[in-house]
Amino acid sequence: MIRALGWVLRRDLLLAFRRRGDVVNALVFFVIVVSLFPLGVGPEASQLRNMAPGVLWVAALLACMLSLARLFAPDHQDGTLEQMLLAGEPLVVLVAGKVISHWLMSGLPLVLMAPLLGLQFDLPADALGVLCVSLLLGTPVLSLIGAVGAALTLGVRGSGVLVALLVLPLYVPVLIFGAGSVGAVAAGTGAEAHLLLLGGFLALAVVLAPWACAAALRIAME
Amino acid sequence: MGMSKTGRFSWYYFSSPQSFYPLAGVLQPWFAGLAVALCAVGLYISFFVAPTDATQGDAYRIIFIHVPAAWMSMFLYLVMGFWSGVGLVLNTRLSSMVATALAPTGALFTFIALWTGALWGKPTWGTWWVWDARLTSELILLFLYIGFMALQAAIDDQRRADKAGAVLALVGVINIPIIYFSVKWWSTLHQGASVSMTSAPTMAKTMLLGMLIMALGFWMYSIAATLARVRCVILERERHTDWVAAEIGGQS
Repeated sequence: MIRALGWVLRRDLLLAFRRRGDVVNALVFFVIVVSLFPLGVGPEASQLRNMAPGVLWVAALLACMLSLARLFAPDHQDGTLEQMLLAGEPLVVLVAGKVISHWLMSGLPLVLMAPLLGLQFDLPADALGVLCVSLLLGTPVLSLIGAVGAALTLGVRGSGVLVALLVLPLYVPVLIFGAGSVGAVAAGTGAEAHLLLLGGFLALAVVLAPWACAAALRIAME
Repeated sequence: MGMSKTGRFSWYYFSSPQSFYPLAGVLQPWFAGLAVALCAVGLYISFFVAPTDATQGDAYRIIFIHVPAAWMSMFLYLVMGFWSGVGLVLNTRLSSMVATALAPTGALFTFIALWTGALWGKPTWGTWWVWDARLTSELILLFLYIGFMALQAAIDDQRRADKAGAVLALVGVINIPIIYFSVKWWSTLHQGASVSMTSAPTMAKTMLLGMLIMALGFWMYSIAATLARVRCVILERERHTDWVAAEIGGQS
């Protein structure tokens, strides 16, 4: 099982590495969306500092969602997914490998880029640290929930918009506590509670999402 | 009706769309009648019997629509999740059809709850919309209903649409409490104590009675509307069968 996981992980990472453009595009999208907000609301530092957690988190949500289309669709088109379903290894493990590689390619770059963008919004150093930790805990949840949405809409017409409709409402708790943790640092109340809850969401999503995703894939490939 | 060949009553008899269709047809007018009667009584109590509120005046009377609609919107999502789960596990077509038929009614009540909330907010809070925990989670519930209906509408293969919708509904059922408590915590952190939906400390007995009767009326309406809709879904999906051809007089 570990070998199957490693195999999927290596394969997906290699494919992503060969087509670096996709990864870079999602990251550039994140940077552009975040940079548009000061242009829209004005460059006042105090206002930007208040908005920063929400803006960064919403942009991360959207960037993560955009990359969901690549999660299963290429494998569905070239028939790899069908072979995965037929393989002797449990589908849940293969799904988990794909989700991990999706997070490494879409979530982790956001985590690494976020402090730089936080500086644009004049966030203090301790808030930047919490922002990174919250994204580190939160973006895997986004990948896990998103994988269920991507599997449900696999091969459906208009799936790009549809996946947003399905997945974004489910992202609400992660957004609240992710952005809330950074806001809590600014308010001086400490971010532990928010981060613990984000960790709880991650634990719950790790347990439930791969199974739901595997079930959805079986339904889609029936 | 409802008897198997051995003469024993069996619920499974009605799990087939063909035998459920006439039963739904018989029951539907009764539930519709009950809905009309209960809503008439409820509205009478809420407009003429219930006393005028000391602080909010007559504007509070929208509560008799607003609260029952909000109750039904959440309850119907749970019912939808239940039938989705049954359809997914037992692979019964009728359960999935019921889940499909429930969604528009649930979305309707969610919308009514939001709309009346806005109408109520204007005279009492002075604003159409507040980011109150309950209003916000109702809004997200509406998004969940819309997502369910959009997913089912986008998939052409009927069986796949049923099952994909069922998985989504179950994921939603797990998420609803998480979303609700997140939003609740979020709004208590963000807003001052100026606005509170629970500001009415004591509620007159007649108010509660009116609200409960309205809720029962909405419940009966939901059943009636769902039965009517499930009959249409059955006819549409079974249109290739002989019994549907006979039912609609060979017009297929």
